[in-house]
Amino acid sequence: MQIFDEYDIMKTLFMIRVENLTKKFNGFTAVDNISFFVNKGEIFGFLGPNGAGKTTTIKMLATLLKPTKGEAKICGFDVLKEKENVRKSIGIVFQEPALDNRLTGFENLDFHARLYGLDKETRKKRIEEVLNLVELQDKAKILVINYSGGMQRRLEIARGLMHYPKVLFLDEPTLGLDPQTRHRIWDYILQLNQKEKITIILTTHYMEEADYLCQRVGIIDFGKIVALDTPQNLKNILGGDVISIEVFPPERAFEIFKTFSWVKKINRCNSIINLNVEQGEKKIPLLMKIDQKEAGFEIKSVNLRKPTLEDVFLYFTGKTIRDGEASQEEKNKMTMRGRFRR
Amino acid sequence: MKSNNLETIYVMWLREMKRFLRAKSRIIGTLLLPFFFLLAVGSGFNSGFSLPGAPPGVNYLNFLVPGILGMTMLFSSMSTGISVLWDKEFGFLKEIMVAPVKRFAIVLGRIAGGVTTALIQGILILILSLFLGFKMVNLPSFILALLFMFLIGIGFIGFGVAIASKMEDTQGFSLIMQFVVFPIFLFSGAFFPVINFPGWLRPIAYLDPLTYGVDGLRSSLIGFSQFPLFLDLIILLIFGSLMVILGSWLFSKTEI
Ligand SMILES: Nc1ncnc2c1ncn2[C@@H]1O[C@H](COP(=O)(O)OP(=O)(O)OP(=O)(O)O)[C@@H](O)[C@H]1O
Ligand SMILES: [Mg+2]
Repeated sequence: MQIFDEYDIMKTLFMIRVENLTKKFNGFTAVDNISFFVNKGEIFGFLGPNGAGKTTTIKMLATLLKPTKGEAKICGFDVLKEKENVRKSIGIVFQEPALDNRLTGFENLDFHARLYGLDKETRKKRIEEVLNLVELQDKAKILVINYSGGMQRRLEIARGLMHYPKVLFLDEPTLGLDPQTRHRIWDYILQLNQKEKITIILTTHYMEEADYLCQRVGIIDFGKIVALDTPQNLKNILGGDVISIEVFPPERAFEIFKTFSWVKKINRCNSIINLNVEQGEKKIPLLMKIDQKEAGFEIKSVNLRKPTLEDVFLYFTGKTIRDGEASQEEKNKMTMRGRFRR
Repeated sequence: MKSNNLETIYVMWLREMKRFLRAKSRIIGTLLLPFFFLLAVGSGFNSGFSLPGAPPGVNYLNFLVPGILGMTMLFSSMSTGISVLWDKEFGFLKEIMVAPVKRFAIVLGRIAGGVTTALIQGILILILSLFLGFKMVNLPSFILALLFMFLIGIGFIGFGVAIASKMEDTQGFSLIMQFVVFPIFLFSGAFFPVINFPGWLRPIAYLDPLTYGVDGLRSSLIGFSQFPLFLDLIILLIFGSLMVILGSWLFSKTEI
């Protein structure tokens, strides 16, 4: 009996609970059997390269896509069976703009507030509040078509908050924005989390963003969660330090470094070799002792640092997040060209 | 719950109206084509010309105006229905789809907005045609004509929503215009009585719902028709209901 009670309490504490969620598109598995939970009041992040399945996951949680398999509950409501309750509980900022740009900023917010059934007074008060939060008061009467990218993003965040959601989804909230705007949006997100006590789940492929904002981060690659913990714990998994060595020819050096007993993990990215080690400052002298002429390679530079999420990502997926992106950029270019041809 | 649906319909209507009133060029653009038809075709036949199949003494402009009115309603309604596709393209559809409201209420709201804007355009065309010399039988006939315009509007907006829900992107848009909308217009008997079609073409005209819309408009505005008034009404009512149901159903199944 005892166990059941505890289980029930746990359930109410979790704002999001996902079990074995899977999405297939014509046989292609975009999200592969993922399970996780998000606590009340938490900022939870999904970090992953393009095509990892982040947006697909969010769309399933937001009731816009039907899962192929598995279960998900938001605030205790099932995303398949209790769509309307789920929709009432969530706010969402999509990866691509979802504003009516023939309406003004104010009208977009008003439209949203009415759709979510806010009464006249609440509407008026809340629109002012959220506009203040994202500092768009004096742009409220301008058509959205005349907004900059950053202003549109801020308006969308404001809109996502209009109806006092319990959970806010932010799909790549700062994609393509300049660093200054990005930092401002980070501040809004933190403010929301603290002032309005909103649980936030965001996706990103910026390491700093996940590190700075998220209490816990799930690393997602090819539709699978390959690691999930606090940024600090994730970095601790690697333990100690990272030594990055620029070397030529790297293939040869790689074979040799691999044999050292003090190297916990090794990987190579072009001419840079990364070693995960304990007490890095003591290992650099060991590296220097190698007779480079005899070994047949030349060390060009050595860099010692604490692991970042970038290193964690490399550790778990065997590639940098930018590797995945290069091919995606190619893909984007192709679709762009495709569009012009039409 | 009920009031929530009404609010949804209202807010969708409001959005449609705001966008419509702001798109001045769109209003003028959609009025221009029917106006040119009235001017070029309507005045091309002089009053002495008698149209086979039409009662003698009916001036061709008077015969043409209801047809052009039907055309205005058709084009305006189809473009509102298909505008679901533009919402898809510009992402706004996601905002609508994720809201905690009934999808059929969203479709009804779009229909309410679309019918209003189409009626405004239809009435403007009617007023323009009065200046060109069009003569209505009497004022009640105008009320009856409004009813027909309303039914044409509902049916074709529903049809447009249904088509748009099945399409992925805006690529097929011009294809739909050329191979669906124009044939519906051309086979509706807007230019001459349907009985003037050769026998093998007539079934197509009879299958075209706009035929009954134009016939109903003609019957109410100039007192000349081929089918009984109630037949026109019943067929348009059935067509309208079917399309609203079909449009709502396909729209509610859209995944984005
Ligand atoms: N409607 C769809 N039909 C077919 N395949 C799809 C569809 N939506 C997504 N995919 C595929 O599923 C995979 C995951 O896509 P998703 O958009 O979830 O990735 P993501 O992690 O959000 O990437 P990004 O960082 O580029 O936004 C991709 O390979 C994509 O091509
Ligand atoms: Mg995405």
